[in-house]
Amino acid sequence: MAVCEGKTFKFSNASIASFASVAGKVESEGPYGDEFDEVLDDNKGNADTWEQAEAQLQQKALKHAMDKAGLCPEKMDLIFAGDLLNQCTGSSYGLKEFYIPFLGVYGACSTFAESLLLAASVVNAGYVDNCAAVTSSHFSSAERQFRFPLNYGGVRTPTAQWTATASGAAIVDSSQKPPFIRAATAGKIQDMEVSDLNNMGAAMAGAAYDTLSRHFKHMGTHPENYDVIITGDLGQVGSELMYELFKRDGVDIEKYHKDCGLMIYDREKQDVHAGGSGCGCSASMMCAHFLKRVQSGELKRILYTATGALMSPTMVQQGGTIPGIAHAVEIAFK
Amino acid sequence: MNISNQEYGELVKRHSPPSALYKTVPMAFVIGGGICVIGECLLNLFAYLGLDQEHAAMWTSISLIFLSALFTGLKLYDRIAQHAGAGTLVPITGFANSVVSPALDFKSEGFVLGLGAKMFVIAGPVIVYGISASIIYGIIYYIITVFQGG
Repeated sequence: MAVCEGKTFKFSNASIASFASVAGKVESEGPYGDEFDEVLDDNKGNADTWEQAEAQLQQKALKHAMDKAGLCPEKMDLIFAGDLLNQCTGSSYGLKEFYIPFLGVYGACSTFAESLLLAASVVNAGYVDNCAAVTSSHFSSAERQFRFPLNYGGVRTPTAQWTATASGAAIVDSSQKPPFIRAATAGKIQDMEVSDLNNMGAAMAGAAYDTLSRHFKHMGTHPENYDVIITGDLGQVGSELMYELFKRDGVDIEKYHKDCGLMIYDREKQDVHAGGSGCGCSASMMCAHFLKRVQSGELKRILYTATGALMSPTMVQQGGTIPGIAHAVEIAFK
Repeated sequence: MNISNQEYGELVKRHSPPSALYKTVPMAFVIGGGICVIGECLLNLFAYLGLDQEHAAMWTSISLIFLSALFTGLKLYDRIAQHAGAGTLVPITGFANSVVSPALDFKSEGFVLGLGAKMFVIAGPVIVYGISASIIYGIIYYIITVFQGG
């Protein structure tokens, strides 16, 4: 059967002018805690509700990114932003005061890669001079919406992941300074027929494999051509499953792979089970850690593949499965 | 995809770690048992204070429910539960926690549409099916007593 291959977008005129990250308390106690631009002492900040707290995360992240690029809201052309909440609450409420043209996107935990792909596309095409990509997630607002009340004494299974309280923002322009966004591949909706809400990594691993494979094929590259291949939040289970899928093609990706969900917390000391998740997880790890290292030239070429579980609680209750998606963005020093 | 979904399902099973039963079962036993020991102590205390068996049992339940609600409000119950599992879920304290935790959480959406509407979001099904089961049990019991000529 012929399968749709899609296209890998190639960019010659898109670089990341600035990037910033904000993280919560648990994340600040993780191994990369001191790399975030701002850390909240209290996950509610000065907000009354968790949803407001998440909105503030995005607001802060974009503000930091604009400050770093020396831009004021009047000089911004466009924002692509999203989060996990219904109606993309974190984005619409968090970014409303900037009065910048706004396009909301939803790709579950893949949203930051999706936003970067879109931002690079519009900048490269010359439609705008600059464009921001912003995403967030908040442990408490996500728990409330997707799982149980915060103080409910339910037990997580070992395969469950911990939604990161974090936000990342990057501003893409054509300044011709590193990090450059060189290419991007949009993901296909990949349903591996996983229906366990507590095993999102398994639901997303197939999508990561598919998008990465197509990206390698279209670019004529192999895993060894990249300093690091970063996935969003496959966690322990999803990462192992992705290695297995690549092994069937005779490709060893494990050596070059890092997963933001496995990096953001100290899984030995912090009780996060299979690792972190949420749009803010990979967004904050990219903006706090990886993009800095591409900017300085320490990393020459990286492939960022954020994975998302396009999960509808209603569909799962109706006996449905959890489709996954992954978008790849190639970022380079040159 | 280079794999069928069925084959993938097998892979998922192999790579998904099960709960560490050697750790979780004893913890549930110790903490759940501990809650029951507290209940027994309270029961004896109330009997010692002069209450009859029925009232002492009632006050024991009331005390345990109060303590569970208090610990839920202090954000301690869910922390203990992370280690205790079914040990904190099964006793009456678990039921109290399942009512108090959504009440606290959804207060932000108001007392009527938030707290009031969402309070029984977890306990509701337990109540519905618990009462239904007790009615069916009652009917069966009644039929048996009729046949026994009770």
